[in-house]
Amino acid sequence: MPEPLLSTSQLCAWYGDFQALFDLDLMINEGEIVAIIGANGAGKTTLMHSIAGLSINKPHQVIYRGRQIGALRADQVAFEGIALVPEGRQLFASLTVEENLVIGAQTGRKGDWQLPTVYQLFPILQERRTTPATELSGGQQQMVAIGRALMANPDLILLDEISLGLAPVIIKTIYAALPGIVEGGMSAMIVEQDISKALAVSSRFYCLQEGRVALEGQSQTVQRDAISRAYFGVQK
Amino acid sequence: MIWINALLQGILLGGLYALFAAGLSLIFGVMRLVNIAHGDLIVLAAYLGLSTTIVLGLHPLLAMIIVIPLMALLGYILQRGILNQTLGDDLLPPLLVTFGLSVIIQNALLEGYSADPQKMNVGALETASLSLGSLSLGVLPLLTFAIAVAVIGSLHWMFYHTALGRAFRAVSDNQDIAQLMGLNKRHVFGIAMALSLAITGIAGILLGVRTNFDPSIGGARLIFGFEAVIIGGLGNLWGTLAGGVILGVAQTIGAQINPGWQLLAGHLAFLIVLAVRPRGLFPRMTG
Amino acid sequence: MNNTPLQVSRGSRASVTAMFIGLIILAILIAAPWWAGRADMRLMGELFLYLSLASLWNLMAGYAGLVSVGQQAYVGFGGYVLFALTIFAGVHPAVALLGAGVLAALVAIPVATLVFRLRGAYFAIGTWVVAEVFRLSFAQVSSLGGGSGTSLPTSVIKSMASGRQAREWMSYWMALALAVVVITSVFFFLRSRKGLALSAIRDNELAAASLGINIWRTKFLVYVVTAALTAMVGALIFLQKLRISPDAAFSVNDWTAFVIFIVVIGGIGSLEGPIIGTLVFFALRETLADLGTVYLIALGSVAIVVMLKAPQGLWGIIRARWDLQLFPLGYRVHPPSVKK
Repeated sequence: MPEPLLSTSQLCAWYGDFQALFDLDLMINEGEIVAIIGANGAGKTTLMHSIAGLSINKPHQVIYRGRQIGALRADQVAFEGIALVPEGRQLFASLTVEENLVIGAQTGRKGDWQLPTVYQLFPILQERRTTPATELSGGQQQMVAIGRALMANPDLILLDEISLGLAPVIIKTIYAALPGIVEGGMSAMIVEQDISKALAVSSRFYCLQEGRVALEGQSQTVQRDAISRAYFGVQK
Repeated sequence: MIWINALLQGILLGGLYALFAAGLSLIFGVMRLVNIAHGDLIVLAAYLGLSTTIVLGLHPLLAMIIVIPLMALLGYILQRGILNQTLGDDLLPPLLVTFGLSVIIQNALLEGYSADPQKMNVGALETASLSLGSLSLGVLPLLTFAIAVAVIGSLHWMFYHTALGRAFRAVSDNQDIAQLMGLNKRHVFGIAMALSLAITGIAGILLGVRTNFDPSIGGARLIFGFEAVIIGGLGNLWGTLAGGVILGVAQTIGAQINPGWQLLAGHLAFLIVLAVRPRGLFPRMTG
Repeated sequence: MNNTPLQVSRGSRASVTAMFIGLIILAILIAAPWWAGRADMRLMGELFLYLSLASLWNLMAGYAGLVSVGQQAYVGFGGYVLFALTIFAGVHPAVALLGAGVLAALVAIPVATLVFRLRGAYFAIGTWVVAEVFRLSFAQVSSLGGGSGTSLPTSVIKSMASGRQAREWMSYWMALALAVVVITSVFFFLRSRKGLALSAIRDNELAAASLGINIWRTKFLVYVVTAALTAMVGALIFLQKLRISPDAAFSVNDWTAFVIFIVVIGGIGSLEGPIIGTLVFFALRETLADLGTVYLIALGSVAIVVMLKAPQGLWGIIRARWDLQLFPLGYRVHPPSVKK
């Protein structure tokens, strides 16, 4: 069995004084799309932050390409080739659309994703390239946030609630772009409220409940009622 | 005529005040830090200039070549070594730590150079002047003003057209997300402080060739810089230049009325702006 | 379920003991003229004045979040008002002392409306500007000696009390009384509804606002009351010095830098902190003051190290080690004791 691209082992994390994750073990292989599902407060965003280095853990709790990266800061993790599209987009308000994209390439990692390719993926951004990023519509801002992460040419992209608060038609556009993003071999971890959407695009999934993995499996073959049980913690 | 003269002198003086303010404004913009030791660092730069001219026999303006990088290095070390540890939600640590630094620098200068007033001599430049009809403008004040415009112009350009400026704005907007881009905020803050103290180096030398200085005058320089920033409006570099000019003009006009009123008139101009336009004349961001 | 209620109390055994010890110390201090030498009394008088300034600054910075580096404005103002009232109006110094407090409060009202427009660190520098304006303005008053200052006429000095010894005793007792007044009023203020509101502000401004606590008015009140008491301390300082000048009266080093160091080293945001800080400050000063500037450099360095490594100061270290609280401000919850 090949070594996974990234794995967590016994990952515990705190959100303020709350313990948000309890001894979490999960992994993602190279070229794989993994969905993380779970109710509000299940610890999905904390997991993303722990991997991306926004919250610091013990070194061995996050392993990436055989290296212990759990204690690295976010900027160091970025250089390793992990990019996060944060919940709520979080664009830089005093930067234009194009500057937001360019700053994504700050690490200087080489790859296919550069301004022209991002503009090809989301043509509207080229039209609005000189606009202050936070003046765009929500959907366009989400495109900038994804483009910004792609500009880092990451090996692993973490997408946190990318459809939250967006109109269905926009969500469709963004999800339509996803296969094109990963076809170059990039791995993706997707946090998504919409379970059917998450299962449709992923090959495997983890369902979190109160900071623990309640269910994991193949996205295409899982029984829906098994998910409901894991999701809501219904006991039989 | 004397009023026009006072006005012109005030405008040129404003250039120096804008230089006092620019470094203060820069670090506030990038990391919301108000450096109470800023004025004492200006005075420190003046003394470094003095020592350079004495030891190396350099012309004071050439001494900038030594003083600017020295101050920049000091800024980076200060930020990485001490000030980064004070940044956070709590207002007190940065304020009190820079206040402590202010007292330390002031007394270290007293220890090293005594309380005697010093001045750097720039030779013929000192008295050189240009005649404009019946008005005469000193070359040195004109040069100071030109440098101030150049420094603020370059800062503005750096902020909006370079990768460094982009990093400054990104870190200022959201430190966490900027880290996700691979920017180490501690390093970025270090660079910002280095730049701030580099400008302080220029300001200190220009102060030292213009007037007498002694270790105790830092507080007043901090206040002038601060007043220029607030009059001009937070986060607006050209506004800071305008603020410096308004402060300078208020002081020279006040001095023209009564020599004892020079500083008072400047402070009153500041308080009036604060009363009428609390966010400054040309605000760009909220404090 | 066991329904034994939790016991909530304010006092602790330590705080009751502390109150008794405090009263005994106070009695000993009142009796100082009969056991202490003149130099000691002078030193203690100065200590009480610094203790008052430190407690007041701590109330502003440590509880109300108003970090001022311009309190010298009110020290100097109080000194000058005392001189003006005694010299020009022939008022008795003790009355002039109260006058200084009242006038300072009146002046602080418009000043506060202005400087409260500045936030955080800019508020700090704004208060410094105000102090500079005060200094430059008093330097313009030629009847008070302008820039070089003036001395208190002997007639005024004699009106205080007859005889040098009586005067010295009196100014000692006044300094002690003022320190007691300041500390008890800060204590009772912090225990009051408004004081609890202050602690709420300190802990979380947003939450306090959502609970309907009017932050602005409470801070305003703190600023004005602090100004009045600071001016009274200032008046007493210069009544003892017998001489005033703008540079001495509005010195940022003497009346603000030292005070800040005292509070930071002792422990900001606690009532005990300024007391410990003042004792440490005077102990250091009496042993190291010959070193002059080096002493100040050391003091600044200690303050920085404390701020970085132990932001709660010496008192914070003591409290964490022994769980002490001498001034019963906070509430304590005691688990129900098991009854047999």
